[in-house]
Amino acid sequence: MMSRLALHLVFAGALLASFGPIPICAQAPETPVEAPTPASRWPKPVEDNRVLTFVSFDQLEGRTNGPNTSFRWDGQGWIGTDFNKLWLKSEGTVTNGITSDGDQEILYDRPIPYLRYFDWQAGVRLDLDSGPTRAWAAIGMQGLAPYFFNFAPTLYVRDGGRVAGRIEGSYDLYLTQRLILQPQVELNFYSQADRGRGIGTGFSDLDGGVRFGYQFSRKFAPYIGYAYSGVFGQTATFSRQAGQPTSAPRLVFGVWVWR
Amino acid sequence: MRTPEKDPSLTLTRRRFVQGAAAVGIAALVEGKVTLANAETSAHEAPVLTGNHFDLAIEAHHLNFTGRRVRALKINGAFPGPTLKWREGDTVTIAVTNHLPSETSIHWHGMRIPTEMDGVPGLSYAGIAPGQTFVYRFPVRQNGTYWYHSHSGFQEQLGLWGALVIEPRDKEPIEYDRDYVVLLSDWTDTKPETLYSNLKKQSDYYNYHRRTTGTFIEDAKNKGLRPTIANRLMWGRMNMTPTDIADVTNAAYIYTMNGNPADANWTALFVPGERVRLRFINASAMTLFDVRIPGLPMTVVRADGNYVQPVTVDEMRMGVAETYDVIVQPHEEKAYTIFAQPESRGSYARGTLAPRLGMAAEVPPMDPYPNRTMEDMGMGGMAHMNGMQMGGMASDQMPGMKGMQLNGMTDNSMPETKDTDMTAMRDGAIEPLAGKTPFSQPGPHTTRLMPQPSRMMSRPTETREGEVPLHVGAEVVGVAMKTSPRLHDPGDGLNGNGRRVLTYSDLHALYKGVDGRPPTREIILHLTGNMERFIWGFDGYKVSQAEPIQLKLGERVRFILINDTMMEHPIHLHGLWSELENGSGEFSPYKHTLLVKPAERVSYLISADTPGRWAFHCHLLYHMAAGMFRTVEVS
Repeated sequence: MMSRLALHLVFAGALLASFGPIPICAQAPETPVEAPTPASRWPKPVEDNRVLTFVSFDQLEGRTNGPNTSFRWDGQGWIGTDFNKLWLKSEGTVTNGITSDGDQEILYDRPIPYLRYFDWQAGVRLDLDSGPTRAWAAIGMQGLAPYFFNFAPTLYVRDGGRVAGRIEGSYDLYLTQRLILQPQVELNFYSQADRGRGIGTGFSDLDGGVRFGYQFSRKFAPYIGYAYSGVFGQTATFSRQAGQPTSAPRLVFGVWVWR
Repeated sequence: MRTPEKDPSLTLTRRRFVQGAAAVGIAALVEGKVTLANAETSAHEAPVLTGNHFDLAIEAHHLNFTGRRVRALKINGAFPGPTLKWREGDTVTIAVTNHLPSETSIHWHGMRIPTEMDGVPGLSYAGIAPGQTFVYRFPVRQNGTYWYHSHSGFQEQLGLWGALVIEPRDKEPIEYDRDYVVLLSDWTDTKPETLYSNLKKQSDYYNYHRRTTGTFIEDAKNKGLRPTIANRLMWGRMNMTPTDIADVTNAAYIYTMNGNPADANWTALFVPGERVRLRFINASAMTLFDVRIPGLPMTVVRADGNYVQPVTVDEMRMGVAETYDVIVQPHEEKAYTIFAQPESRGSYARGTLAPRLGMAAEVPPMDPYPNRTMEDMGMGGMAHMNGMQMGGMASDQMPGMKGMQLNGMTDNSMPETKDTDMTAMRDGAIEPLAGKTPFSQPGPHTTRLMPQPSRMMSRPTETREGEVPLHVGAEVVGVAMKTSPRLHDPGDGLNGNGRRVLTYSDLHALYKGVDGRPPTREIILHLTGNMERFIWGFDGYKVSQAEPIQLKLGERVRFILINDTMMEHPIHLHGLWSELENGSGEFSPYKHTLLVKPAERVSYLISADTPGRWAFHCHLLYHMAAGMFRTVEVS
């Protein structure tokens, strides 16, 4: 019943309305006998639907190959309860004052009942950077796959029946209690070319890397690593035509932070 | 009615109720309202308040354990709060004044009192608003060691707790010369709200015993590469780790004894040959303590405030909120270490039992960090259980009870007929009483009341076995496939340590319980959770998703708890005794808090003899906050 209620709320566009605790049952019995009737102003004995906030950066880093250095961020955050969250995602790369690969998403998030460690997410993706702006509807899932893999596939749709897909995955390999080696990859697919954004049909680009960080605390871990961004297929053709490189191996240095 | 004040047998001079080292030479402390520092150790003491009227002021203060001044809550300026000494038979009045900017409350843990005095905001009352005074007033109808604490938010973590010591009306069947309260707890410099939020976002935030490449290589060396890989894959498939011992560890906690860190060396004095009573209370928020005094066996005489047949052990695990009274008799003129290590090891609480102040004994090394087993996962592996029959049914008898009779264990068992309480077996001896008045705490003068023979033979009228409305959703990661009463198992990290460790099968009440009726129905509750999301509950539901559990006033019910999680949960029911069915029959121990091990199935009987709205919850503070709570309504 809860999930249906929440779905209605979401699809009615009343995203914000669903953040508070959802009233599932009344605490008071129908006919209290002998027990004192609780006044309506009494607090709940336990507040198990606290609203929490979360902000995290998986990438907050400089990427350099010597002559060229760019700044890259990939972060996410949420506000909400166990069952209802407003989820924000943001990524982009700034090179010489030009922002590319800008992807900002605002999603509603809920646990998937039978996939114990996964949430589904639905909302809007905006390609917001120095290129032309695009808006997509987004639906996807995010969570912890068996064997501790972080895994997030998302499907995007926009006008004209254009479809895009993204798969993100990472793994935290604990070398010691504080030293972490993290392989990470992001893949993008597009059903139709979008010349304005230099995107071709099919498998378009990959961003992958291996980062090696030290957790001074759980919430603060500087890292260094190696990252590779590459474009493929028709996207690579567009890049070559624009005189841009099709692959960019980089040394990266940054910090994992969250709160 | 007797007048307790005039009863010479109840005066304090009969036995010395002493307060640690300070008791020698500082007489003022007995009635003191101040927290005294001891000159030779830096240990301090909780003040002791006696009588039948008490004023408690709850205030915000600071504590400094690590060099950082951190906000803490104190009672009458003391941390821990004052030890309240009551006398059975008295009516006590406690005026609690809230000097905090937020609501507060005091709950009397283990006390059988009217529901409106129980101190749970939302169930008993509205809580105590800032600036207000709430006056608790209730008759004390039991004796033993208990404690009190706030039931509001995370205030318990901040120091709102203290000991309750209730002198019995009758002479105790326990001989001792000295009497000390030993409160064990956990302190953190982290704000509890932050701690909770950290766990919600990263449930293994405080686990610095994760499996790493280093432990993989070590295991591969010791156990072989192939089994190590197989083991990693098996746990990894479930996204779990056997090193998941405690949600909060010494990464956040400093463990304290009577409010003192280990370095302060809280000291209790004795003269060699004396019998020393130690009232251990686990007043922590999240910590299971393994308690021992190397070189000194402990004889457990009371558990959760109730007399048990004396049992001598080297060590005992204390679930959060449990209390054990033990007697020790040091004969040598030397110091002994009171050592309390958390299940997750890493650090410890410590004090000293010594003939003189300023002495210290060797502090033993901590035991190895425990690992969860397949048995904890509810996946069998009963190898060390000696081939016991582990059907897992609550109505199965518990095996291996050293030849004890199993009366009262099964729902259709006959009572012991050679009972000295034969007079009570008149037809209907109990029926007119059930639900009219709360049954007495078992004691030397209580009588076991039996139902009419015809009713004794009856089967439970309602058995919900197999039809538990267990909700499997995001709130639950799994259901144990194989559960069993692990009452002989001392628990993870305690097996095979060469010491005699107390188990629940060792607890036999000294006096028979009053209510001899078999239960008329069973209530099965799964302890469930999703540790990755840090959601905890019963039957797959958090408290906000669940309806109260309804009990009929006067009924006799069997509760069966099935732990589907891989962590221990100390389950506490307010207002009513939980009579653990450990094979002791009519000598079942009365408890207020039951520590349920991973994949364990525990059953206990409840007499719903006091009407009200009672809290029923996991006493791990952050599990309760995450939803592991139900209301039990007796009406």
